[in-house]
Amino acid sequence: MAATAETITADTLKGVGTSRKRKEDPRFIQGKGNYVDDIKLPGMLFADVVRSPYAHARIKSINTERAKALPGVHAVLTAEDLKPLKLHWMPTLAGDVQAVLADEKVCFQEQEVAVVVAENRYIAADAVELVEVDYEALPVLIDARKATDADAPVIREDLAGKTEGAHGARKHHNHIFTWESGDQAAVERAFEQADVTVSQTMLYPRVHPCPLETCGCVASFDKINGQLTVYMTSQAPHVVRTVVSMLSGLAESKVRIVSPDIGGGFGNKVGVYPGYVTAIVATIVLGRPVKWIEDRIENISATAWARDYHMDGELAADSDGRITALRINVIADHGAFDACANASKFPAGLFNVCSGSYDIPAAHARVDGVYTNKAPGGVAYRCSFRITEAVYAIERMIDVLAQKLDMDKAEIRFKNLIKPEQFPYQSAFGWQYDSGDYPAALHKVLDAVDYDGLRKEQAEKRARGELMGIGLATFTEVVGAGPTKVCDILGIGMFDSAEIRVHPTGSAIARMGTITQGQGHQTTYAQIIASELGIPSDDIQIEEGDTDTAPYGLGTYGSRSTPVGAAATALAARKIRAKARKIAAHLLEAGEDDIEWDVDRFKVKGVPGAEKTMKEIAWAAYNDLPEGMEPGLESVDYYDPPNFTFPYGVYLCVVDIDRFTGEISVRRFYALDDCGTRINPMIIDGQIHGGLTEGFAVAMGQQIVYDEGGNLLGNTLMDYYLPTAVETPHWETDYTVTPSPHHPIGAKGVAESPHVGSIPCFSNAVVDALAHAGVTHFDMPYSAYRTWQKLDELGLNKR
Amino acid sequence: MAKQHISFNVNGQSVEVLVEPRELLIHTLREQLNLTGSHIGCETSHCGACTVDLNGKSVKSCTVLAVQANGGDVLTVEGLASGGGLHPLQEGFMEEHGLQCGFCTPGMLMRAYRFLKECPQPSEADIREGMSGNLCRCTGYQNIVKAIQYAAEKLQAPEETP
Repeated sequence: MAATAETITADTLKGVGTSRKRKEDPRFIQGKGNYVDDIKLPGMLFADVVRSPYAHARIKSINTERAKALPGVHAVLTAEDLKPLKLHWMPTLAGDVQAVLADEKVCFQEQEVAVVVAENRYIAADAVELVEVDYEALPVLIDARKATDADAPVIREDLAGKTEGAHGARKHHNHIFTWESGDQAAVERAFEQADVTVSQTMLYPRVHPCPLETCGCVASFDKINGQLTVYMTSQAPHVVRTVVSMLSGLAESKVRIVSPDIGGGFGNKVGVYPGYVTAIVATIVLGRPVKWIEDRIENISATAWARDYHMDGELAADSDGRITALRINVIADHGAFDACANASKFPAGLFNVCSGSYDIPAAHARVDGVYTNKAPGGVAYRCSFRITEAVYAIERMIDVLAQKLDMDKAEIRFKNLIKPEQFPYQSAFGWQYDSGDYPAALHKVLDAVDYDGLRKEQAEKRARGELMGIGLATFTEVVGAGPTKVCDILGIGMFDSAEIRVHPTGSAIARMGTITQGQGHQTTYAQIIASELGIPSDDIQIEEGDTDTAPYGLGTYGSRSTPVGAAATALAARKIRAKARKIAAHLLEAGEDDIEWDVDRFKVKGVPGAEKTMKEIAWAAYNDLPEGMEPGLESVDYYDPPNFTFPYGVYLCVVDIDRFTGEISVRRFYALDDCGTRINPMIIDGQIHGGLTEGFAVAMGQQIVYDEGGNLLGNTLMDYYLPTAVETPHWETDYTVTPSPHHPIGAKGVAESPHVGSIPCFSNAVVDALAHAGVTHFDMPYSAYRTWQKLDELGLNKR
Repeated sequence: MAKQHISFNVNGQSVEVLVEPRELLIHTLREQLNLTGSHIGCETSHCGACTVDLNGKSVKSCTVLAVQANGGDVLTVEGLASGGGLHPLQEGFMEEHGLQCGFCTPGMLMRAYRFLKECPQPSEADIREGMSGNLCRCTGYQNIVKAIQYAAEKLQAPEETP
């Protein structure tokens, strides 16, 4: 067959830079998605979990007889049943252990105590009610700042006598780790010599990512072949396969994890949860498929939450506003088990990017992780590991300093921003920022919104007693974990992968180690391959999430798909192009150096018409090859990034506060992002809208609150705030493009920037509205009630 | 628990099912009738992922008993398009990038379908208010608003002549 050389245009290629419509959409808009709860296997049973009503209690007895007697109940499992299998505890991603089912005591409310497996979900729910557990309540520890008091309750009796944890010495029975970064002595000297210093205590409250689909799985063990298949809401299916193999003793080749369509993740679906483990045990024991699906209360109460950082920030500066040193101390509440999802060597994640976008000569950060009687965690909620906390700290602190010096908040930023000529920039904490032009981005935003005009309006309103605030955030993220020399999860380096096969007739299939949860990978990865190989993206099939077919990868979270997965994709495509060049040279009877690539074909330089398209080359790859070359046109690439990427942005928010009701209205939100090369502008805008809305939710209403007894106050969507279309502001987006110099296509990742950057921007706007009343900080969330309380305390609500 | 025999129309087809009196309509649709387009997000009627059309009104099928649908008329996302093509709302969501993970989408589409019958020429504020019973965690709603505007215009426009 001689393929005809059709002309490929930008319209038909749909490569990098085009707003290609999404390949995922047709199935979702017609109700044909395939989410975990949509999976129905023959003979499938349902698992449901008995949970603790107490935050801290000793289990005196568990009586499962009545539950087991209920018709339709197949099994009731407790820790006693898992003990012989050594599965009553499991390792966490953070080097700790977590009870799969409570072993003699419970350490947080809604902890998993027993699992019921029944014919259907109604019978399972009935049986849960019939499991009788006798508890003896114990003293409860909720306040993280009191966790290491001498008389604090002992939460983890299983760690008694263990003075060494996964990350060094433990100083107290509720102490997990101390992690430090930076030059403490240099910081102390700078503070001694400073013209001015400021300090601020800030709470980044515990929040929950709350994807619209909860966590769940269908586990199915084939006794004849000894093969375990688990369909699972997982952002990291390959790592889960390794963990399941290690825990179960099954050969990894006998374990298949499939992440089908996933209804949003935002970090909530990174971890391995007791529900998954018990469903796996149940299918192995019972020989029938077992489905476990969380309800919303379980999701908010027991699977991964985020933040809960109790921060003390300090800045030292010259009298003209030039920052000379930064110091931040944090108490990190990890709950009852350290199930934090981080790269293993980073117990506080990448928190030491907390010097932000500023050229700060000396910096020191210290984080102490502690146990409390709360749910275990925490994960990065739409951010790279602990970046949101870091960015919040510095973006708030620079405003605190501006107010102390009576400086404009844009001016103090211009004074301290890293300059374009300083890149690659070495931060005081040791990061090498890859690229950026921060002042240009700030100028662009200030011009777009008429910043001077807004400040003038604010002054006029203030004179009339009205409350208007302008918030700025000039933030930098560190994403794309990461270089395997420093980043691993359970010893597996954080590379990612892509495998591409070009078929004889010129279409292709590609599989990656990442997994989309709404980001549109099936659309965007094809665009990258299209640009590299000249194959129209509509002819490229993208598959992810099945560990039997996809190459091993670490998954999608921490904005790593573009920095790592997309890099692997581009490099795998380049390997194919390199082979295609040899084939083309052979077909054209030219030297490799005499031919050049043009969109979709190789041409002989200076010989018009002497050319071979990728489609023709693909056909030849299967029948007409240079002497000695193996047939086929396939490649695989495992990409170990040389560095992280550093996307950044400048956000500006204008709020009006009703001083009588405390209601905050976001009048304007202008978001400029620089994510390097832009693969699909439509999808980028969508990701930014979504991230800003999640940031808005965190700032304005989300908080997981416990009372002193450890009761979770508000674990349904009645109480836990997810904004509707009515409250959600209109978003304005903008961009600059500064490619990453070390990424194959210069892309940096974008989806998390809007969450990370918007939250301090909202806080800065709210505080700015109250700054004239002497307010330097006000903890989130800014619900009308909390804001009204603040206004009342300040006397600003008087008529 | 004694089961009840009920019958109703789903997407224009008559169906008969046996249900426990406590069975929720969403479970009947998803598990007995294999119509898994409608999803369960919260079980408390806040998120709207389970929204279907019942007797000409939007309902959250996670808080409707299947027996309440007896003799009724149910429309789900699977029956939204007619004649093999896409409904203008489905087109709008695709054209305007009104979805990401897709989990809320069927409920959004079914609510928007009823909303545009209640309010055929909506303002942006009307759309935001009319869709406020449906939560989305991915899109920030801005493109959902555009998608519904797209459909509203298309539904108002006179049929194209060839």
